[in-house]
Amino acid sequence: MADLTALSIHDAAEQLQRGDTTSVALTQAYLDRIAAHDGKFHAFLNVTADVALEQASRADARRQSGDNHPLLGIPIAYKDVLCARGVETTCGSAILKGYISPYSATVIARLEAVGAVMLGKTNMDEFAMGSSTENSAYGVTRNPWDTERVPGGSSGGSAAAVAARFAPAALGTDTGGSIRQPASLCGVVGVKPSYGRVSRYGLVAFASSLDQVGPFAGNVADAALVMETIAGNDPLDSTSMPTPVPAYTTLLKRDLKGVKVGVPREYFIDGMDAEVEKAVRTAIDQLRELGAEIHEISLPHTDDALPVYYLIAPAEASANLARFDGVRYGPRVDGETLWKTYRQTRGAGFGAEVKRRIMLGTYALSAGYYDAYYLRALRVRTLIKQDFDEAFKQVDVIACPTSPSTAFKIGERADDPLQMYLSDVFTLAANLAGVCGISVPCGFDSRDLPIGLQIIGPAFGEERIFHAAHAFEQATEWHKRAPAV
Amino acid sequence: MSISIDEVERIADLARLALTDEEKERLSDQLSAILDYASRLQKIDTANIPATASVLPLDTILRDDEVRPPSPPGELLANAAEQDADMFRVHAVME
Repeated sequence: MADLTALSIHDAAEQLQRGDTTSVALTQAYLDRIAAHDGKFHAFLNVTADVALEQASRADARRQSGDNHPLLGIPIAYKDVLCARGVETTCGSAILKGYISPYSATVIARLEAVGAVMLGKTNMDEFAMGSSTENSAYGVTRNPWDTERVPGGSSGGSAAAVAARFAPAALGTDTGGSIRQPASLCGVVGVKPSYGRVSRYGLVAFASSLDQVGPFAGNVADAALVMETIAGNDPLDSTSMPTPVPAYTTLLKRDLKGVKVGVPREYFIDGMDAEVEKAVRTAIDQLRELGAEIHEISLPHTDDALPVYYLIAPAEASANLARFDGVRYGPRVDGETLWKTYRQTRGAGFGAEVKRRIMLGTYALSAGYYDAYYLRALRVRTLIKQDFDEAFKQVDVIACPTSPSTAFKIGERADDPLQMYLSDVFTLAANLAGVCGISVPCGFDSRDLPIGLQIIGPAFGEERIFHAAHAFEQATEWHKRAPAV
Repeated sequence: MSISIDEVERIADLARLALTDEEKERLSDQLSAILDYASRLQKIDTANIPATASVLPLDTILRDDEVRPPSPPGELLANAAEQDADMFRVHAVME
């Protein structure tokens, strides 16, 4: 029998609809592959095999009775920052060890409503803070292309799971690049939706003005399918926009005639990997061959995005993470007083990067420093957003690298926070401006490590990035390569 | 920009974080380096630039005031380190 885990969602759905296979068989094939090989990568924190097989069996029954949603019976993996009712949600942190979610995130509820199957929860940097998945309290995830290297982060488990074909799609979250950067480093497609496009209800908050949930998949059409299912207004998230969701999968075209693509000169910098630059420049030439008009543009405040992000995101995190105090959830370290219990619980429960960001954020918000750091960062954020507003008056989408390098070695940047933060230098600005972005495979370096092309679109312009990424993907072969697992 | 150990302790107090001496030393160095990097923002003229706390053009949205079934208290309490008769149990807040 052909390997079911090699199928795209589109092809698997066709086989299910024809009766060539069942969701139970498809789900079992993925569970078997995970059981056989995830020991090498550690993409999953928790494989929910019993839940998956039960949901698969129900999906098969639904299809028998006439339901034919393309995600009905399709297995999906979820980053462990998303709550699924009755299942442990740790956020990669010791402070939430054993926490069982009493409700499901809206994105998971929507996927389950159309009959998608939950394979399990994937590893991540603690509370989504990191660019390598080395900050998980439960051990590092390894890149399926080279197990000595990181998968990127913070959604490294979801990216590695899709790259290793442990799941045809997975959800991650992107606060400063945490979907696009690991997608680039693992050679898969990853989408950061516009802020307000996807509900954050049931997503454990890191930086509330930046966080978005989005899909990973093996190809653009599958990512668009998951995206059109999870997107849309949710009364349970007051920051979700009422704007209608286009049927992204019906808007994909193979050419780019008349599409204006901006190439920001600030995104090709000294110190970036020469092989990454070459692959991305070649990809931009291919966009031109597909009919796109290429325009050089400028995003003048690009260099300010990193310091702005590393003041705003930690400031918001320091407030959001105040809730982890050993009272309502998670292990408690008892002190003599309530005050000491808080301090000791948090001191024992949080890892080094989370502590660093709580400290940085608390400092930036504290009396005497608020104006100089936090407020100033919010003002410069306005300038960064205006750069994108101006750019999208001239062009339809922006094309640039996703990450300045391919996957780096485990441990290589772990002791130098600033060096690690630079991993996100090309992705942070999109979050600050609230626009959408996608990373699509566009080549390999001489070590056979994947390179990603980032395509950025205006807020609520997801159909444009799906169109451009799909046209590029269909004209190239990069997405067809898979690591030897 | 240099963040002293005293300053680290003051911030840790505000953040309700117990830190070891080694952590304090490391954070003093690392926070100093990160804030040094962030100091480039001080050179930008932001006098007439409004702050962006959220990119959304939304005002507060009010939902309809409908009664909906609450989560069962038992489920919400199940994750607590200590509970007592449908309540979270903690140390006395006031002495």
